[in-house]
Amino acid sequence: MATSVRATSDGSPPSSRPAPSTSDKSGSRPPGWRTKLFRFDTKASPYAYVAPFFILFAAFGLFPLIYTGWLSLHQVELGTHAKWVGFDNYTGLWDNQFFWKALRNTFTLGVISTVPQLMIALGLAHLLNYKLRGRGFFRVAVLAPYATSVAAATLVFIQMFNPDYGMINQLFGHIGLGHVDWESSKWPAQIAISTIVTWRWTGYNALIYLAAMQAVPADLYEAAALDGASRWRQFISVTIPSIRPTILFTIIVSTIGATQLFGEPLMFGGGVGVTGGTDHQYQTLSLYMYDKGWNTGELGQASAVAWVMLLILLLIGAVNLLIVRSNRRKLGA
Amino acid sequence: MRTSGRTRKTAVIAVAGLAACATLITGCSSDSKKDDKGSSGSSSSSSTEKITLHVGDFGSFGYDDKTGAALYAEYHKLHPNITIVEDAVADGQQYWNSLKLHLTQNSGLDDIQAIEVGYIGLAIQPNLASKFVDFKTVDGFKAEDWLPYKEKQATTSDGKVIGVGTDAGPTAICYNKDAFQKAGLPTDRDTLAANWNGDWQKFIDLGKQFAASKTAPKGMKFSDSGSGLFNAVLASQPTQYSDASGKLIYDTSAGVKTAWNIATEAVQDGLTAGYQQLDPANAWAAAFKTGKFATVTCPSWMVGLVATNSGDAGKGKWDVAAPPQVGNWGGSFLAVPKSGKHVKEATALAQWLTASAQEIKVFQKFGNIPSSTQALSDPAVQNLVNPYFPSTPMGKIFASAAKNITPAPIGPWDGNVKDIITKNGILDMEKRGTAKDKAWSNAVNQIKDTVVQ
Repeated sequence: MATSVRATSDGSPPSSRPAPSTSDKSGSRPPGWRTKLFRFDTKASPYAYVAPFFILFAAFGLFPLIYTGWLSLHQVELGTHAKWVGFDNYTGLWDNQFFWKALRNTFTLGVISTVPQLMIALGLAHLLNYKLRGRGFFRVAVLAPYATSVAAATLVFIQMFNPDYGMINQLFGHIGLGHVDWESSKWPAQIAISTIVTWRWTGYNALIYLAAMQAVPADLYEAAALDGASRWRQFISVTIPSIRPTILFTIIVSTIGATQLFGEPLMFGGGVGVTGGTDHQYQTLSLYMYDKGWNTGELGQASAVAWVMLLILLLIGAVNLLIVRSNRRKLGA
Repeated sequence: MRTSGRTRKTAVIAVAGLAACATLITGCSSDSKKDDKGSSGSSSSSSTEKITLHVGDFGSFGYDDKTGAALYAEYHKLHPNITIVEDAVADGQQYWNSLKLHLTQNSGLDDIQAIEVGYIGLAIQPNLASKFVDFKTVDGFKAEDWLPYKEKQATTSDGKVIGVGTDAGPTAICYNKDAFQKAGLPTDRDTLAANWNGDWQKFIDLGKQFAASKTAPKGMKFSDSGSGLFNAVLASQPTQYSDASGKLIYDTSAGVKTAWNIATEAVQDGLTAGYQQLDPANAWAAAFKTGKFATVTCPSWMVGLVATNSGDAGKGKWDVAAPPQVGNWGGSFLAVPKSGKHVKEATALAQWLTASAQEIKVFQKFGNIPSSTQALSDPAVQNLVNPYFPSTPMGKIFASAAKNITPAPIGPWDGNVKDIITKNGILDMEKRGTAKDKAWSNAVNQIKDTVVQ
């Protein structure tokens, strides 16, 4: 390839475009100007292509992150100037019963919404993986809740969980389970909220699992079947190990989602949503942050809560990473 | 856009003018916005330029064209170039939270923003007060036009007046005559008022009678909510959450103690139905129709809601009696953010909406008591009867109450403290059976966490 040879001799990467011969026509111009332009193009244009993402990220991701960190070290109210207070906002949280309550609620809500959600998603994906009639329809149907807005879904669930005339309590009455106060008692309220979360996200996770399951080679199942493995055995010993990285991915994503739980409890509580019920029985960290930021107007304290949330997520991420590593080692051994 | 007959040159000049204008900054902002739309006419005809004014409020102000006094339509008739759009939010606290944010960012603001008396103590603090037009500088504004305490509440420490008074909130007792009769209680409003006059405890005692009665409607409680009771009692007290300097004294205030004791006694004796007044899920509103309570401590602005919530079936069943002690609960102000596009027009509209003539119209239609003194003595107010409450001298009851209000000092944190005591204290007792002392200490802890003085 002549071009590539010439280009390499110029010191620039190969290209399909013919480089001009410098000696012939453009003697007045400085030699190699097009080559220089060309070199600049190949070096700079990749940056230009990726720039939009990084500019947007800097403006809407990095800057808020750093600014929030700066705010968290100050006492600042809406519309006033910030006053440096060091780590007071963080030490204040340590002694704050409402913060710990919110942290506990976030954890319990996270567990009771994420665990059933992923289990059901796994089961659903397994069923959808079979050859069944109207497969396409079912696959779209499981994704429908994901397309619903938080507000719309929560409003419907509020009606269903209404203690006085809601569908759930009526059903409970028919089968002889007593009256449940879905809003004011701690566990019923948390279960009701986690139901909303589970309903919305199960289909999404199911589709991710389904995609992973379809990449599992059919030979494995054939071999397992020849060895006399039942369907259940195949699921446990072939499907699950094959999609393990996908499962880890969904666990990470769901954990992040659960830590940021906000809209569902806020709307579920109605007039007392910001404090997560009259006794803070389902106030999450996000709600506590919102309460601090907008009800009280203490942006510094709210920012400190935001940073603590970030640190918790990083911690969870690190633990996940360790699990992935040990998993890999196990598989390699 | 009519651009015909305009050359590109004039457009260039207009742009240059705008740029020059922008550099002048002060006093030019409202004019420059008009020039912005200048393609539809010269600046002299700016008064006929079609504009839309946004009015941000909460709950029910009674201005709207559908259920209110149709004041927007009327103003549009008077000024055909001005169309008014109302952005109403049901919950007053949510409204204030977003308003506060919008004020700080100077964006997302409506041309007129209503401010409830519970938050006016915050709005007159320097950082927020500077965002509003000072009505003292506005032509035709006289603070004496309103009840003596009204404009005082909207005055900053350096003498600026940031809002014009809409309604006052004299409280009364709305009660279900039917239920009272069935329970064997007196039903005449004057007898009742005389019975409990001067002492809220007597009102609670009547509630105990109601609860003990075997003939009272089944499933009906005496009062709708402990929080409503608390608010009404507190409103009648000369000391509330703050002292004259705006400092919080809720934990030592005699008024708070009285209100807390009365309200929690009612809750502990099972006299309250445990609703949240004006809750966004409308459970309280729905409970009027299903007959869950016999009395509502109703400020004047709630009368309209009692009627709409009870519907036609409740017509004639409800009556209004003077309360044990008169208090002011609520009432609002209209303020004009300086950053608006049409500050002049918005200021004029705010003045028009709160002029005595319009306050009378809202009262007639919606029961919101005027805060303008002239409107209060007007025969139209004094003699008014609401068709929903036949034979109740609505005007006399509330107008005389309004004139007897001795307002208490207000502070910047009153709204937060009220929300915590009622929602996380009293409502928690009603919903979760929390003990009285525990509820109080919960509320105090949360107030300490919330309030940074």
